[in-house]
Amino acid sequence: MTAMQIIFLVVGFIILGSALMVVTTRNLIHAALWLIVTLFGVAVLYALLNAGFLAVVQVVVYIGAIAILFIFAVMLTRKEMRDRGPQLNRGWWLSGIIAALTFGGLFWMLQAWNGFSKTAADFPSGFDAVGQLGNALVSPQAFVLPFEVASVLLLAALVGSVYVAFNRK
Amino acid sequence: MIPLSWYLILSAALFSIGLFGVLSRRNAVAILLGVELMLNAVNINLVSFWRYGDISTMAGQVFAIIVFAVAAAEVAVGLALVISVYRRRDTVIADEIDIMKW
Repeated sequence: MTAMQIIFLVVGFIILGSALMVVTTRNLIHAALWLIVTLFGVAVLYALLNAGFLAVVQVVVYIGAIAILFIFAVMLTRKEMRDRGPQLNRGWWLSGIIAALTFGGLFWMLQAWNGFSKTAADFPSGFDAVGQLGNALVSPQAFVLPFEVASVLLLAALVGSVYVAFNRK
Repeated sequence: MIPLSWYLILSAALFSIGLFGVLSRRNAVAILLGVELMLNAVNINLVSFWRYGDISTMAGQVFAIIVFAVAAAEVAVGLALVISVYRRRDTVIADEIDIMKW
């Protein structure tokens, strides 16, 4: 059991526990705060996987923008925050069965795959992952078209959401 | 080193928890929280396959960045719809937004 494995296990339990709190807490503000804990755990996993840039983007974009947006939305729809009635619908046990079956199916499919328990090669020292990623994002031989399409999608979605949420009075 | 299977099992579990949240919560904002968990599970998979495969091609990380952009777009549109519905119908319970139900 190396230090990396111990860190992974601790972070993994934090991620799964806080994810369970996200889907079960009654108070939605608390659910959004538990989501922030989950997102931090995922950022630590990115750092463990030598994807430092993605870890930073996770903190800045997910925690700094998306989670805060959730908290704003919960506050704007405040009347439902003090929950009257149950937070889960009548068929929640069926949803639990479906989720458990999904996990079981994924696990069964993955353990039949022969690359399941392979270990990573050592990360080459001096490999500039961030520079390579930047090159890949803007190089015409690589991913410049998907990258531009994603930015157009983001622009269109933000214009659309401003239009949808605009208060005409 | 950590075997690839640990990451895959963790992300499968996170995906299932998110799926449970999407299927069982009544509040529309909470459903979007479940979708975020599922997108994060997918991202863990993408980055771990990049790390355990050929790290010189950056496809896994590029896909993860595109998932970030799609997640931001999805949250912005979803929350705008929720706020708009809340203004008009005074509810965010998904069962009660049934004006198109026959």
